Amino acid sequence: MLLLAACGGGQQTRTETQASLPEAHIDPATAGTITGKVLFKGEAPAMPVIDMSSNPQCERQHHTPQKAEVVVVNGNGTLKNVFVWIKAGLAPARWAPPAEAARLDQNGCVYQPHVLGIMKGQQLEILNGDPVNHNVHAESTVNAAWNESQPPRAEHKFKQFSSEEVLFPVTCSVHPWMRSYIGVSPHPFFAVTGDDGTFSLKGVPPGTYTVEAVHEKYGRKEGKLTLAPGGSAVLEFTYGS
Amino acid sequence: MAAKDVVGYRAGLHRWSILLAFCTLLLVVAGGMVTSRDAGLSVPDWPLSYGQLMPPMEGGILYEHGHRMIATTVGMLTIISMIWLLKAEKRRWLRILGVVALVAVIVQGVLGGLTVIYLLPWWISSAHASMAQLFFSTTVAMAIFTSDWWLLGPQIIEENQKYRIRALSLAAPICVLGQLFLGAAARHKAIGSIYHICGSPIVTGVVLWVALRILLHYANNRELRTASVVLTCITFCQVFLGIAAYMTRIAYADAVQPMPLMVTFTVLHVAVGALTLAASVTLAILVRRNVTAAPLEFREAGRVAVV
Ligand SMILES: [Cu+2]
Repeated sequence: MLLLAACGGGQQTRTETQASLPEAHIDPATAGTITGKVLFKGEAPAMPVIDMSSNPQCERQHHTPQKAEVVVVNGNGTLKNVFVWIKAGLAPARWAPPAEAARLDQNGCVYQPHVLGIMKGQQLEILNGDPVNHNVHAESTVNAAWNESQPPRAEHKFKQFSSEEVLFPVTCSVHPWMRSYIGVSPHPFFAVTGDDGTFSLKGVPPGTYTVEAVHEKYGRKEGKLTLAPGGSAVLEFTYGS
Repeated sequence: MAAKDVVGYRAGLHRWSILLAFCTLLLVVAGGMVTSRDAGLSVPDWPLSYGQLMPPMEGGILYEHGHRMIATTVGMLTIISMIWLLKAEKRRWLRILGVVALVAVIVQGVLGGLTVIYLLPWWISSAHASMAQLFFSTTVAMAIFTSDWWLLGPQIIEENQKYRIRALSLAAPICVLGQLFLGAAARHKAIGSIYHICGSPIVTGVVLWVALRILLHYANNRELRTASVVLTCITFCQVFLGIAAYMTRIAYADAVQPMPLMVTFTVLHVAVGALTLAASVTLAILVRRNVTAAPLEFREAGRVAVV
């Protein structure tokens, strides 16, 4: 296990013309898997309960008080909502985005999911399941930022991001507690840790990679690994308060 | 002499000017709420709100659209002020000030719209915040210029050649405006709040320097005496509010939404900032009107009094 603290701003604009790159393809015979988990050491910070009293229509949709999701430590001592991706090591190639859209839902004035991974060029479908107005503000800096309203029962919004950008906030100013994050990856090898704190990147070509974990509060960490043909590699990241 | 007998005094116009200044202060408070409540982008479109004149006033929309509604009202009041001045006011420079005020309020509205459309770039937001403070001072000056006591003329005193005040009095509003800009820039995340914090003892010092010099050497003039005391009191309030705003901000650094106590102190700090600038502008105006640079015998009292 090799853990390196990232030294600042790993975001860069990929300006090379995509058309000139060869189309990526995975050879199932040699592709391998990177798995692992994101551990959290120390005492988990207590998350405040969100005060939705300024919007009774938001409040009414929850039977239990909603806690902020800035730091969610799972029961097994792992950290939820960490974006994990291959940051470097893949041969330059053009990866086709999946046909199905990634979904960002607004439900009870909370974003679902809290952290979303999406591929460059993939459709992002934004839904408003609430009886209230939201504004959706993509606070991206590499991709052009935008801010649009989404009234209740409005049509779903479809958006795309054309550049790699890990990780930027999506916020709503009608409900200032609403905050989610999007990571735009140029390839399909990314994951977001869930309730068990694990991640799994499948169908990865053999090679030596830098894998990065990004958390909204605790920042970036890197790990390096070599994946043998058809092999599997395990990586652990450890955050702490 | 009763107020109605003062030549050129129009009670209605004066009261209207006071109303405009008061509504402008409310507008500054409403604008401060928008920023402190993080509501600036809750209404993405401008000049309409969610494509309507009246969107549902929920959450951040209440603050952002409420601010737009109060701003529209102040714009209307300013238009009427200008028309009133153009029709009834004899002093040409005051008629011009009425036009300047309307131009300022229009520019200010456009700045507010642009900052929403361009997603709150710090320099448009800070210009909008600073312009708001300047506009409030303009409305206060208009209320003063239309008052009966202003029209009664100054109580001319000679500048003390050892403790000059005419030039120095300008330093206070300039420093306060600079400090307000630093505060706005910090609020809109262009710079750290350290610059605004470091600016505060300097500005407070300059204000005290001006006020004390007046109280020590020009205290026989009632206008100057009163204005100095008022400016000093407002400045002290402002320093305490600044400390409170900073402390609540630190205390709630990890909050996931704007906390009411932080919002309250910050918005009060913005509003009293507007009052500080207005008080320092007023003091400078009164110094320039009451204190003559040249020895008295060379000036005709009448010429000075008409202004
Ligand atoms: Cu919302």
